[in-house]
Amino acid sequence: MVDTKISLGSMNLTNPIIPASGTFGYGYEFAELYDINILGSFSFKGTTKDPRFGNPTPRIAECKNGMINSVGLQNPGIEKVIAEELPKIKDCFKKQVIANISGFSVDEYVYCCEKIDKEKQVGLIEVNISCPNVHNGGMSFGTDEKSAYEVTKAVKKVTKKPVFMKLSPNVTDITKIAKACEEGGADGISLINTLMGMRIDVKTRKCVVANKMGGFSGDAIFPVAVRMVYQVYDAVKIPIIGMGGVSSAKDVLEIMMAGASAVQVGAANLINPYACRDIINDLPKEMEKYGIEKLSDIIGIAHR
Amino acid sequence: MVETNKKIAKDIYEMILLGDTSEIVKPGQFVNILIEGCYLRRPISVCDVSDGQLKIIYKVVGEGTEKMASFAHGKNLDVLTGLGNGFDVKKGENPVVIGGGVGVPPMYMLCKKLIKEGKKPVVILGFNSKEDVFYKEEFEKLGLETIITTVDGSMGIKGFVTDALKNINTYSYFYTCGPEAMLKALYSATGDVSGQLSFEERMGCGFGACMGCSCKTKYGNKRICKDGPVLEKEEIIW
Repeated sequence: MVDTKISLGSMNLTNPIIPASGTFGYGYEFAELYDINILGSFSFKGTTKDPRFGNPTPRIAECKNGMINSVGLQNPGIEKVIAEELPKIKDCFKKQVIANISGFSVDEYVYCCEKIDKEKQVGLIEVNISCPNVHNGGMSFGTDEKSAYEVTKAVKKVTKKPVFMKLSPNVTDITKIAKACEEGGADGISLINTLMGMRIDVKTRKCVVANKMGGFSGDAIFPVAVRMVYQVYDAVKIPIIGMGGVSSAKDVLEIMMAGASAVQVGAANLINPYACRDIINDLPKEMEKYGIEKLSDIIGIAHR
Repeated sequence: MVETNKKIAKDIYEMILLGDTSEIVKPGQFVNILIEGCYLRRPISVCDVSDGQLKIIYKVVGEGTEKMASFAHGKNLDVLTGLGNGFDVKKGENPVVIGGGVGVPPMYMLCKKLIKEGKKPVVILGFNSKEDVFYKEEFEKLGLETIITTVDGSMGIKGFVTDALKNINTYSYFYTCGPEAMLKALYSATGDVSGQLSFEERMGCGFGACMGCSCKTKYGNKRICKDGPVLEKEEIIW
């Protein structure tokens, strides 16, 4: 029997597989398909202080081995998430969830983290400073060291829960942002969010998504994710949740070897709603195949 | 598994698939097909379904549907079925059913279900030209009055579906699926008469997870794939 247990901040997970925010809703759509309690945890849809519809449609574009989305943080707002979504999650998921929080000012991040801090169902807060689909916020916090530091420090003051900062790959040097978050008191780093991309329909000669640009995700970005997890593992001492194009148990092993303590699966859920279940089922035999007895032993092993 | 796949009009193909169809319970639902070499699945509306047999009609518009057109008998496909809310056939008496272009296929199963409810809808099918017309006979075989409109007048009434609708006074409810411009025109043309409209939008997952295909309605934000594709006339915001 192989050992798939890992720990993340104060959370102990039976396995490292976590559906990524924005690809799993609030869980219950998937609970209709399989028992989601097999998951390590899941990161719920990015939540902001106020309700948001997001960007105009179309906001999805097909790419080779990936997709672009420009959803733009559609969510019902933190109050409704706590009042309506968390109870629904409780009905189908007995473990603690990861709260993904976004904002347009330091105050908004603080407001949401303070609210969510009181919720026992939440085991960890993932602070998204990397959404490429919103203006005057989101990613701008994650592409500037000083802002990243300030958001981290401010949210750490209002919550006792472990805080993981979710970073954007759309930067010159991701290690500088990661270090700024660590200095600000972050308990961990989540990376990578989507890469900025664009598609143009050659028939209509117009951008495919209404917002013109969007976040590129899917299988194609996996090598970028592995590289950035590897770099950040060298730069900081805090744990990393690795993500970006993960779609198989072998991908999980690879990104963990780069330095991830846990792994999020994103776009793959949208193509195959059973992707996380399949990865969890495949993981033990994939570990055996590569001579891994204890999964936590391989975290960052590629650096040795 | 693909049973048959044949061209029935210009760029229009009819495919019959064999497999588990138990999840498809209402007309207006759709399936989401995984195609090798494409990342996202392709959502296609259900034309008809009977025990273990699914009929879809699709138009070749791009890379994904071009690949679909080449699928031969015996090919196995990964298909998510029973997606979307579908039409509610219990509502409204004396309905008129209006399909435009690739919005025509779901109206076929809808008509069969309406007939089962004891209703006998008048059918209006709108196309651009004679070469685009399909399924006229199939609707007629159901015993329904079927009016064709073409934009260029090469078949049936010249003009749009709204031009045909003008001549019908007997309806008190409507069901429709087609391009958004057509849906919008019908929304106005039907005046006080209520109905159900099936929308199309670029989708990510097709089952409610990604929020890619959301729209605003009077009853709040809805996902075309999960809370739609059928919306009630009363809730629509253009």
